Amino acid sequence: MQFPESWLRSLVDPPLSTVDLCHLLTMAGLEVEEMAPVAPPFSQVVVGHILSAEKHPDADRLKLCSVDTGEHGVLQIVCGAPNAAAGMKVPCALVGARLPDLEIRRAKVRGIESSGMLCSARELGLSQDHSGLLDLPADTPVGADVRQVMGLDDHLITLKLTPNRADCLSLTGIAREVAALTGAPLTLPEVAPVPPVHDETRGVVLDAPGHCPRYCGRIVRDVNAAAPSPAWMRQRLERAGVRSISALVDVTNYVMLELGQPLHAFDDARLTGAIHVRLPEPGEKLLLLNEQTVEPAADTALIADEARALAMAGIMGGEESGITLETRDLFLESAFFSPESIAGKARALGFSSDASYRYERGVDFMLQRRAIERATRLILDICGGRPGPVVETVAEDCLPRRAPVRLRAARAARVIGIPITGAQIGQLIEGMGFPFALEGQGEAAVFTVTPPSWRFDIAIEEDLIEELARLHGYDNIPARAPRAPLVMMPQAEAKRGPMALRRAVAARDYHEVVNFSFVEAAWEADFCGNIAPITLANPIASQMAVMRTSLIGGLVGNLAFNRKRQTERVRVFEIGRAFRKSTGDGPVPGFDQPLLLAGLCAGPASPEQWGLPARTVDFFDAKGDVEALFPPGALRFTKTAHPALHPGRAAAILLDGRHVGAIGELHPRWAQKYELGGAPVVFELDLADVLATPMPEFQEVSRYPAVVRDIALVVPQAVPVRALLDALESGAPAIVKAVQLFDLYQGKGLEPGQKSLAFRVVMQDTSRTLEDREVEAAVQSLVEAARREFGASLRG
Amino acid sequence: MEQLDTLVQSAAADFAAVSEPAKLEEAKARYLGKEGSLTALLKGLGKLPAEERKAAGVAINAAKEKVEGALQARREALRESALEAQLAAEALDVTLPGRGRGLGGLHPVTRSLERIEQLFRSIGFEVADGPEIETDWHNFTALNTPEKHPARSMHDTFYLLSDDGRVREDVLLRTHTSPVQIRAMLAHVEKYKHLDPMPEIRVICPGRVYRVDSDATHSPMFHQVEGLWVGEGVSFADLKGVVADFLRRFFESDDMKVRFRPSFFPFTEPSAEIDVAFQSGPLEGRWLEIAGCGMVHPNVLRFGGIDPERYTGFAFGMGPDRLTMLRYGIGDLRLFFDGDLRFLSQFK
Repeated sequence: MQFPESWLRSLVDPPLSTVDLCHLLTMAGLEVEEMAPVAPPFSQVVVGHILSAEKHPDADRLKLCSVDTGEHGVLQIVCGAPNAAAGMKVPCALVGARLPDLEIRRAKVRGIESSGMLCSARELGLSQDHSGLLDLPADTPVGADVRQVMGLDDHLITLKLTPNRADCLSLTGIAREVAALTGAPLTLPEVAPVPPVHDETRGVVLDAPGHCPRYCGRIVRDVNAAAPSPAWMRQRLERAGVRSISALVDVTNYVMLELGQPLHAFDDARLTGAIHVRLPEPGEKLLLLNEQTVEPAADTALIADEARALAMAGIMGGEESGITLETRDLFLESAFFSPESIAGKARALGFSSDASYRYERGVDFMLQRRAIERATRLILDICGGRPGPVVETVAEDCLPRRAPVRLRAARAARVIGIPITGAQIGQLIEGMGFPFALEGQGEAAVFTVTPPSWRFDIAIEEDLIEELARLHGYDNIPARAPRAPLVMMPQAEAKRGPMALRRAVAARDYHEVVNFSFVEAAWEADFCGNIAPITLANPIASQMAVMRTSLIGGLVGNLAFNRKRQTERVRVFEIGRAFRKSTGDGPVPGFDQPLLLAGLCAGPASPEQWGLPARTVDFFDAKGDVEALFPPGALRFTKTAHPALHPGRAAAILLDGRHVGAIGELHPRWAQKYELGGAPVVFELDLADVLATPMPEFQEVSRYPAVVRDIALVVPQAVPVRALLDALESGAPAIVKAVQLFDLYQGKGLEPGQKSLAFRVVMQDTSRTLEDREVEAAVQSLVEAARREFGASLRG
Repeated sequence: MEQLDTLVQSAAADFAAVSEPAKLEEAKARYLGKEGSLTALLKGLGKLPAEERKAAGVAINAAKEKVEGALQARREALRESALEAQLAAEALDVTLPGRGRGLGGLHPVTRSLERIEQLFRSIGFEVADGPEIETDWHNFTALNTPEKHPARSMHDTFYLLSDDGRVREDVLLRTHTSPVQIRAMLAHVEKYKHLDPMPEIRVICPGRVYRVDSDATHSPMFHQVEGLWVGEGVSFADLKGVVADFLRRFFESDDMKVRFRPSFFPFTEPSAEIDVAFQSGPLEGRWLEIAGCGMVHPNVLRFGGIDPERYTGFAFGMGPDRLTMLRYGIGDLRLFFDGDLRFLSQFK
């Protein structure tokens, strides 16, 4: 909502500067989004009357003008404007004037004295127009200050209104608010009924009274539709951001801005019989003023006559019944359409109109007659014409109700948090002009308030409490440190928070990223084998069309992005949700939305440095990173197939026998397709499992020495180390405390297809020193177990 | 006797002249070895007359001690210089970089979220979490949003397709973290249904939210933190206190100006926008919109299973992305979602 400050001040003029007035509005919830002067500062520019304009003797494109400036005398001014001509009235900057870009001095132009400057709109900073002198209306008084005659000491104020304050979509509404906030008197324009001079009327039938419970119509005959709009009206409209079109259109817009009531003018000659407000017939079409042909939805109210549909009620008029410059007789409509009837209709057709914008938020349902009288008066003043009587058709039952709302002083004080008395409340409500009844006093005061017809946002006690808080001023409510009982919060040791986990992952040299939850369908197919993903109905782009079931795609995207920017070493992780269809219940039935932790590493294993041999990061680096997030030895890894991963370099991650994630090298096919220049290692885990940090279990520390024996076992290449370790551990005597792999050898000295695994066996007892005999027996039993299960032999 | 002094001096000179331990031992042998001159003198004692023998013995032994002392001192000196030489040889260029692993870092927005969580935890808030594919009921209806509210349109909200390709109206990508309010209230009421009065709800809900919007200042996915405090007698003054306190602590700026400006949200009443103004730095003195807040609307409390007559509460929602941009002076929101390591690695 944009308007000139002067228009508002013509209705209410509190003793506040422009800046203070804007602050007042903002702090009352009518946010001033923008405030700008109509014109930049300049001085000593008066209306000049060009008495003569002759060619400069020494310059073809300059003119020598004699300019009457009233009390400043007749001045000789050299002017280069192509349109300078005798008889024009133009802005004349006197010697000493300061314009936005220059200061005017007495000067000689091509040898001729020039005492001032005639100005274009651009030279005054009013617009970009520099085609010639700014041509002022012929009746502009000579010698008058241009700022004054053009109303340039004014500001454009733009409000960003919240949707509940439709009552402030008019100057009257804003003025009412300012009056309530400041106590300054409100002077609304006098609107007297315009007596009819003939008795011709057009019947109005409300076939859809729920959509339109009130309709005022009036015929005005013999108007001069081609009459020009007066300058004051054009100026106000333009400064409110509305283009001047024709006198009749301008009047309807003007009244809408002034009072908040949208109006529509039909060409009466194009109407047939009575007006009906009705719902469309099946297949009915309508050509709108914006040249769009629409087939209105079944619940859209239409204005129709007995022959055809004329307009979309409260949204936009029809092309075929609208007024033109030739219109002689007009039918003026001032109606109330219910917000429910209008809401969303224009948007559904892809446009918005000033009328629909107001109706869907709520127009004062008592305003229609006042508005039609105001418009009639203005039309008669500007275009002449002969008004008929106003026909008002009302469906009382369908008008909005204004049920009284109870407001308890004690409740208001409790919600706002200030000691506000009944007397204060009474004053504030009175200032808003809301009628009320009062019972009790002080804290026990109860107000019964009847909301006015222009407010659509007051139905419950809180609505009034908000009004009180607003009028009292949010700034005047103290910021208080709240009091609450101090109770310690539970703190589970066997669980860490996601933040602690992030720190742990970052400490292993991964950078956290945040990737979009919607991804391209190809990622889901490639990395997850998911060909039926959860799909967005309205994605912002095709590469953001489906919900991810894995975070790996995003990390691969990060790798590609960074590789294109010469970053070789990429180590990233993300904690975020994946989205899967499910048949289970959960917070949102039909969807499983687990939080996952995923990581990716690629490039050199270590940051560029001198002290370590350079090598590329591999599966076991990443595996070590994953293992470090869990208690030692808690995880098991088994060979697996995964659509994203290299078939020989992929593992499922198991915790206590449960599948909690996967790790592996990206499939070379994807590394090539996504131009990664080498396959990264990726892993993905269910977050809940990584957050668990089991309580440590204490074991007695032995006071007796440990015995250590190394054994090297030769087994077929295909035997997984884990299986061998399982065999060793499961059958080991109680004194065996640990079996650790410390070497892997394959090659010379072994049969082809064989490998040698060297284990360190640690044996100890908590109650005594071990004897050689039992140590040897224990080692024997380990070797025997390996021989039995995998045909292992001791390496010679 | 003079002969002995000469001998001692000559031994000391011989010892001093050698610089290797082996040569020192050779020199030692010349004086103290089996054939050494001092040894010879000691052996010759027996041939002396008895009355001279004692005095000569004392003198020779004194000389021997001196020679041994000189020898010991020389050994020490040689060991010392050998050690020094070894240490010199072992010297490192201590300015070579350390052999550490690299260090990753948290996403800048996560850093902010961590701070936000810590600050609110310090006054007894818990952290709650909620689904991102959310029901229309939780996201809109229970938050008192009218059926035809523009936010519900496909211009603003991401909706999902059903398996047969139709637009589902019952689920969506949550447009704010406010639905977690509803979930937190319902869960709290259930958990404490045996207690009267119900313990206070103090919870914040950080998370990702989604809106159909994309340009330099809007991302289709961004972060939000919702806060909720419900109890007997929680007021707008408390809301002002908590949020203003938070903002000053978050920005570590005691003199930051914070203002509350009336606004409108379907789920709070009275509602406010929160603006802040820094008192120094590039944004000095400008009001910046930073969060929305208000007293929880009675309808919302009812949807959460709470009696609005008895309990009141406040809620706020703010954008940690914007807080992060302001805190670090980051100009482009898209940097948060690019995964550009040149950007991310600045936050260690």
